[in-house]
Parts: sequence; C-alpha cells; structure tokens
Amino acid sequence: MSRYNRHIILSEIGQKGQDKLSNAKVLVIGAGGLGCPLLQYLAAAGIGTLGIMDFDVVSESNLQRQILFGSSSLGLNKAIAAKERLEDLNNTIQINAYTRKLTHKNSLELFKNYDIIVDGTDNFASRYLINDASIITKKPLVYAGIYKFEGQVSVFNYQGGPSYRCLFPTPPEEGAIPNCSEIGVLGVLPGIVGTMQANEVLKLILGIGDVLSGKVLYYNALTSQTTTLKINRSEKEIQKVVATEYFFETLDKELICDFSIPEISIQEALKTQNIQFIDVREPWAQPKVEALDSLNIPLSEFYSNLDKISNNTPKMIFCQEGVMSKKAVSILQEHSINNSFSIKEGAFEIIEYLENKNGK
Amino acid sequence: MILNIKYFGLLAEVTQCNEEQFEFSGSNVSELREALYQKYEMLIQKDFQIAQDQVLISNETKITETEIALLPPFAGG
Repeated sequence: MSRYNRHIILSEIGQKGQDKLSNAKVLVIGAGGLGCPLLQYLAAAGIGTLGIMDFDVVSESNLQRQILFGSSSLGLNKAIAAKERLEDLNNTIQINAYTRKLTHKNSLELFKNYDIIVDGTDNFASRYLINDASIITKKPLVYAGIYKFEGQVSVFNYQGGPSYRCLFPTPPEEGAIPNCSEIGVLGVLPGIVGTMQANEVLKLILGIGDVLSGKVLYYNALTSQTTTLKINRSEKEIQKVVATEYFFETLDKELICDFSIPEISIQEALKTQNIQFIDVREPWAQPKVEALDSLNIPLSEFYSNLDKISNNTPKMIFCQEGVMSKKAVSILQEHSINNSFSIKEGAFEIIEYLENKNGK
Repeated sequence: MILNIKYFGLLAEVTQCNEEQFEFSGSNVSELREALYQKYEMLIQKDFQIAQDQVLISNETKITETEIALLPPFAGG
C-alpha cells in the first residue's frame, strides 16, 4: 500500500512498525485545540482504531485553532464532525465517535477497549478523571495542557512511571486557572503541542526513541524555548487512586456538588431591584459587558476585596462561563456575606441577551 | 544564596517577569515558598510545583542548587 510508503521506507519503522500502528487502538478525549492536530496525524499515520470523545459542538470561535472544522461544521458535535473529516483523510481505519461526556461511570469500560489514552481536554475535572481511570485500567496516558502561549506535555502511567497526580497531586480550585475560552490562546500553540502529543503516541506504539515518561516538557511559543523537568513517581499518590478502584464508578459528583450555590438567569437578575453586578473575570477578559453597571473584582483578588462588597445589596455575579461566578458565591458564603447569586449565563450570552432586549 | 528562578504560565504574570535572581536564606522548599509569598502575595492563591536543577521536588526537599523553576498546571486544550 503506497499510502504508508514514507513510513515503511524508514528503517526505524518498516512494514513491521506500520503493522503495529494498524493494530493500535488510541482514544483521544477532547476534539478541540489539541485534539484536532493530533487526530489528524494519528489518522494519517494509520492508527487502526481511533476513538474520539467530545460532547461539545463546533462554534465559530473554535475555527481559529481547531483545524479539523470549517464553516460547514458549525453547530455539529465535535466528535462526529472530526470523524467525518478524518474518514476522508483515511478511509482504511476504524473511527469511533463518542458524543457523551466522560464520567467516572463510563470511563473504565471505555478505556479497556483502547491501548493508549490521549488527554486533549480543557478542564481539571476531566484531566484528573482521565488520569485516575488510566491508572485503574493500566493504560499509558499522553497528556498536554496549554496556557496562552505556553504548553506542557508528558506521558503518564507508562512502564511504572509517574502519573499526573505525581506532578500535581491535587486539582486546583475550579476557576482558579483560566482556560482558552476565558483568557485566549495563540491559534498555532495547540497545533504545536498537540502534534508533540501525536509524536509521543507514535513512539509508544512503535517502541522507538525516548518516550516523555518521568518528565514534563514545557514549551513557550514566544521565546521558542523548551525546558524538560523530571517528575518522580509518588507511590502514595498512585495508591490513593488504586484504592478507589472498586467504587470508582460511583464517584461522579457533578450532579450534587453545586446545590448550595444559588444561581439566577440574567433575565431574572434584571427584574430584581437595587442590585450590584460583579464581574469576577480578570481585567483583561473580553468581551466587556458595557451595558451593565458592574464592579470588577477578579476572582484572584477576591479575598482581599471582600470589604468592597455590601452585605445587604443583592449581588449578581458573572464571569466568562458561569463557573468562576459560582466559586465567588461560595467564597462570599464562607465569609457570611449573603444575598449573592451566580448568573447562569457567561459574558457572551449576557451581552447577547441585553442586545436582544434593547432591540438592537 | 542567590537563586535563579524561572516563572512559567500565569506565575510570570504575578511576578511580572519570566526569570529573576532571588536572594534566599532558608533551607527547604517550604521556606522558599514562604519567601516567595512574602515578595508576591498573590502567589499564595496559585497552584505550582517547584523544580530544582530541572527536577520537580517536594516541600521537604533541601534547596542546594541555584537553578529553580516554578511550574503551574495548565487547564487549556
């Protein structure tokens, strides 16, 4: 088959290596900035079975970096849209699209069907879940995370090497570290970092080169510098995860965790009298909600600015996606500052609502 | 001793620099964290791991080398 000729003529790969790729089963979670480039290269390389998991749909602001999609994909589920594009790229491989959200309940069964797991997600809850499920199912995990102009890549759970929890033992507070949709990202950055992930996947399967296990590679697109830091395996962190094996599937808590945080729609919030809107995004976050008279107190400076917040006035708190605002309400509750609500909508939706309301 | 500290990701936004010389008189990683919090109050709220001579180390580890890096987790994808 001439499709893989440039692989096969490499003495390090050959027909034998190409057969390994054909027999490999790789699951990519998240078909976003990282997922798009890495899925392209894995499909083109002839990975025999490629799983794509994403519950999100393609939106216009994705197109700046999520290069599997175009205008015709807008509104489509990302796993389905990616599968369609990749089947055109390589129709000789099996591509499975999963449109549901990854949970503790569904992860173990799913991971068992694959040899290698790849994390291309954009939030810590998913990253820790993927890491833990990879430990329990004993699958190597190719990880990457990005921030504005910087990225980090590593391979976890490989031949007795460390896991993500050996690097960062506990998840940061939700909303403490912004993701791309909140803070922006240079479009080519996930292209570079996602391609590095694809490279690690291929090395794992082919058994060539040095896998990025036991170390994390850090890359800065602005300085073009890379730094590799060594990670030691923490038996304690890994054993904590292994100990959850028999009740892992019951650990989903997203349905119960936020009951104590009062939420309100922007429509209802505007009906309330004498209210204070508080924007908890960082000062540089876009878009500004200029139509609302709001106080800007970034979540990162919330503790030191509690004195600026009146206890009696009803407080309507918003952010980019309605996640950091919940965190802000929980901080206020801890400090017995009552009468605060998290606005369900994010900044984009709030602006859209206000524009429609004012008949623009 | 004078440490050469590199700041990655949003930590560089807190410290307003990617790299700096830092005078440190303590002995282990916990004390280094305290010294950094003294200089940059906002760092207390940030999650990060510390590497010495390109090896990520725990809070009890003694600081014996001058090449230090602070690595935060990255959420984005």
